[in-house]
Amino acid sequence: MTRSVTELPVSADDVRIARLAAAAIALTVAEAAIPMPLPGVKPGLANIITLVVLWRYGWRDAAWVSLLRVLAGSLLLGQFLAPGFFLSLTGSLASLVVLGLARPLPRRWFGPVSHSLLAAFAHIGGQLTIARLWLVPHDGVFYLTPVFLGAAVVFGLCNGLIAAHLLAGEETARAP
Amino acid sequence: MDLAALSAWRRHLLAGDLLVIGAGLAATVASFLLLWQGDRPERAIVRAGGAIVAELPLDAPRSLTVAGPLGETRIEVEPGRARVAADPGPRQYCVRQGWLSRGGAVAICAPNQVSLALDGGGNSHDSLSY
Repeated sequence: MTRSVTELPVSADDVRIARLAAAAIALTVAEAAIPMPLPGVKPGLANIITLVVLWRYGWRDAAWVSLLRVLAGSLLLGQFLAPGFFLSLTGSLASLVVLGLARPLPRRWFGPVSHSLLAAFAHIGGQLTIARLWLVPHDGVFYLTPVFLGAAVVFGLCNGLIAAHLLAGEETARAP
Repeated sequence: MDLAALSAWRRHLLAGDLLVIGAGLAATVASFLLLWQGDRPERAIVRAGGAIVAELPLDAPRSLTVAGPLGETRIEVEPGRARVAADPGPRQYCVRQGWLSRGGAVAICAPNQVSLALDGGGNSHDSLSY
């Protein structure tokens, strides 16, 4: 057997990102099993991972984890290149942009909950925009905006609290 | 969940977080008011034989009797809604529709050639019936 000539050195960064992305993908798949009353309303549990990664390792890692999650999650759920995939992708990209813009917010006042809520709003904003421009070119798509915004507040708050809880638990575990 | 556990979660909410939550709730309420309250009707239009016989503003209770080929149809208006209270037609469809409260909603008493339509707000539909 000939040995492969291409060597792909695997850095510690790669391993870490892959592990975190795997956790996010697992949450995406688990979440797909939860029945939701409205299409488009989802808890977005995988974003907990994105938030923790953002807080701990920075924006670049968060972007990797988030986009890998969208890609691999859609492959696992059979959604790859389907409309749902583009909605997820747009939502994630919008969230990442907003999270990048939110970096200068002082962490003394704005915790993971703020980031989570801002990302949730960006997510729904991005999705509605792409839905309006491409999938349903009619203003009727905005009819459910209040529901989506309400869901963004509730799930953004929950995910942010869970992320903050995870991050805080980690600090206290490391302190002694 | 006991109080200690709740306060442990509360600890994760910083001042800025509360601000963002408040802004999010405000945006939700604003979008609700903007998008879902827009089709509140402004007036009731009553037609007999195809011609408009009355335009009633929906701000105060009032009633109106309209004559048609079969007899008299009575329209009732209350703040924000209107209905056909009585009609001589055989099947009473327009009466059984009850109160109309959305812009574009119509109750038609075809046998007596009388119709009641709500107008105003967004007028997002040509007509609504149930």
